[in-house]
Amino acid sequence: MNKQRKTDIGPPHYEKFLPPIIKKNYGKWAYHEVPEQGVLVHTAESGDKLYSLRVASSRLLSIATIRLFADLADKYCDGYLRFTTRNNVEFLLSDGAKVAPLRAELEAEGYPAGGIGNAISNIVHTQGWVHCHSAATDASGVVKSLMDELMPHFTNMDLPAKMRVAFACCLNMCGAVHCSDIAVLGVHTRAPRIDHNELPKVCEVPSLVASCPTGAIRPATVDGNQSVTIEEGQCMYCGNCYTVCPSVKINNPESDGISIWVGGKVSNARREPTFSKLAIPFLPNNPPRWPEVVEAVTGIVNIWKDNANKHERLGEWIDRIGWSRFFEMTGIPFTRYHIDDFTHAGETYKRSAQIRQ
Amino acid sequence: MSDTTRETPLLDELEKGPWPSFIKEIKKERERPMVGDLLGLLERSYGERVGHWKHGGLVGVMGYGGGVIGRYSDLPEEFPSVAEFHTIRVNQPSGLFYSSDALRTLCNIWDKHGSGLTNMHGSTGDIVFLGCRTEALEEVFSELTEAGFDLGGSGSDLRTPSCCVGPGRCEWACYDTLDICNDITQSFQDELHRPMFPYKYKFKFAGCPNDCVASVARSDCSIIGTWKDDIQIKADEVLAYANNGVDIEKEICQLCPTGCISWDGKALDIDNGECVKCMHCINVMPKALAPGKERGATILIGGKAPIIGGALLAAVMVPFIEMEAPYEDLKELTEAIWDFWGEHGKNRERVGEFIQRVGLSNFLDEIGLEPVPEMVVHPRTNPYIFFVDEDEEDDDE
Ligand code: SF4
Ligand code: SF4
Ligand code: SF4
Ligand code: SF4
Repeated sequence: MNKQRKTDIGPPHYEKFLPPIIKKNYGKWAYHEVPEQGVLVHTAESGDKLYSLRVASSRLLSIATIRLFADLADKYCDGYLRFTTRNNVEFLLSDGAKVAPLRAELEAEGYPAGGIGNAISNIVHTQGWVHCHSAATDASGVVKSLMDELMPHFTNMDLPAKMRVAFACCLNMCGAVHCSDIAVLGVHTRAPRIDHNELPKVCEVPSLVASCPTGAIRPATVDGNQSVTIEEGQCMYCGNCYTVCPSVKINNPESDGISIWVGGKVSNARREPTFSKLAIPFLPNNPPRWPEVVEAVTGIVNIWKDNANKHERLGEWIDRIGWSRFFEMTGIPFTRYHIDDFTHAGETYKRSAQIRQ
Repeated sequence: MSDTTRETPLLDELEKGPWPSFIKEIKKERERPMVGDLLGLLERSYGERVGHWKHGGLVGVMGYGGGVIGRYSDLPEEFPSVAEFHTIRVNQPSGLFYSSDALRTLCNIWDKHGSGLTNMHGSTGDIVFLGCRTEALEEVFSELTEAGFDLGGSGSDLRTPSCCVGPGRCEWACYDTLDICNDITQSFQDELHRPMFPYKYKFKFAGCPNDCVASVARSDCSIIGTWKDDIQIKADEVLAYANNGVDIEKEICQLCPTGCISWDGKALDIDNGECVKCMHCINVMPKALAPGKERGATILIGGKAPIIGGALLAAVMVPFIEMEAPYEDLKELTEAIWDFWGEHGKNRERVGEFIQRVGLSNFLDEIGLEPVPEMVVHPRTNPYIFFVDEDEEDDDE
């Protein structure tokens, strides 16, 4: 007998997964405190206290590790845990005395606690060479290299304000990194190269032409093959053509690399949400450790840390000191690429004589 | 042939250092031929500085158009076990809460049919199963639904809605983000599983203006909790912060964007009519201050990443709306937007880009909203006004 095939049942109801202390105090939390980095204590109006221990993860998790987390949740948290939107794991405890032994066990397994308050939390990131076809660089490897270096800012609270770092491996920006204090973004910098011999065998020219959002792809006969040409000046390296046709190769070891963007935020606290702006247009792909990228990001973090006022996020600090001084202090060269030339570019030109001379 | 013992000197470098290592994670599953080959392919990418994946082929489960992303290696002869390595998006429970049993159930399904590798979670919020063969997709799907899970969105459909932890743990939640996220997901299952929009459409629910889910940047429909009445103040707790080293004048009054807080060394005074609900003062003194009691949300539409017409932050459509189940107002607004954008949007045009093309005023007419000053930074500065004939206007009222 065939079982009835179930569809459209949607996700399981979250209530099943809420620990009793949350069910009891749902929507009735009074305040929270951070007694030490990695630990949040939420006190409810009833006086109940919920302890959340936040630990780092690499986002890419094996089922072996998820089972380990499940076992630890059974041992210390009556089986309840959650993940954060920045890929940290939060163990939810109603008994404060169990926080320290759980923390010790997690740290011994290599999962440090932290990421709360004026700190650098986990770097949200994308698939990279592990799993995506249009990646201009690896994601997990760059993030690992960066966090190995930045980890003291995850496990301490030694920064002027919170810092949100995000990573995406191409302009599609799965995870929309474009409003982060520091965005690390993989970039293709050349239009795709075409394999004219292979193309007619594996791709349909009309759907390939239609795939290009900027109309850069035209049908053409090349060396007797029904193929296409790409108008270099019209290409913005989105990789959509490669998605529909593997003979149009967007990935390029020499010209793919990484750009760095700074000063964005999404929260409304003090200043309104704002985009990150270009700091460094191109750094080379240098696996396995991407030293140029690590140096650039830690350099920006350190200068901000040493100069910003309390509560001043990176973009707020730059707003105060001005972009000229940002480039001067960081030693990052200002180039033609920093000047916008897309739609509405004119809105970014300075049109006053208010200049720090 | 697949080889589960091959050398990976470049990747091994990423096992070093204090931060959790994704290479260690991959190696925990390396006994599977699929994962052995994944390591080989990735080592190759690290050496050559280029990825080795292709998109392609329509893959999925019967009756669904979304939820599975087809992925193929471009070196299938050398790495046959990852010739097909598809992604399955599994719709996460609201707020990313789990019981250990639920996690084990997911692990057991994935242990049996896939690579044993996951993302917890993908960028949109789904549980991501990395690396499935085409033939295993239906099996995984049927075991998931047996266990009470379902697939998320992909392609030009409603993407899996997501939310902040909200009233589950946060004292600042101005509406029930977990409930509405679940409600909207369940109400629009067809739109989630069967792509029929011009392009993707994302919902993100943030309980307060701190916007912990980055909804303003990442969602077509961003719902941000807010309040109308006075910030709640506990005067004794304010004093306690002052006595414990918070410089209230410098850290709070001077940083308030509208300068509506004052402090005389003894008591805090907030001119609530001028407060723009930015959350700064509340964030600094969570024991002393809290959002008001008359709570609801602001609805903003049209946030997106750069592809194609440039990145956009979502724009205010409804400055304040009460957010009570069954959320009829939001659902009606959503259907009106989908109708108009669905009919007139171009292929791969997100709703934010669509609004810019047709003009916000025309968009408001079509979805039935009145223009209000909260929708703009300032009124237009150019005189090219296109006047409409009075009798062309909808005079239903
Ligand atoms: S950002 Fe680009 S390359 Fe990276 S996972 Fe997303 S689509 Fe793929
Ligand atoms: S990368 Fe994008 S813009 Fe460039 S040719 Fe391909 S589809 Fe067109
Ligand atoms: S968005 Fe606001 S309500 Fe939601 S978790 Fe963040 S601070 Fe709390
Ligand atoms: S919430 Fe923001 S705007 Fe309102 S009083 Fe506090 S600091 Fe000022």
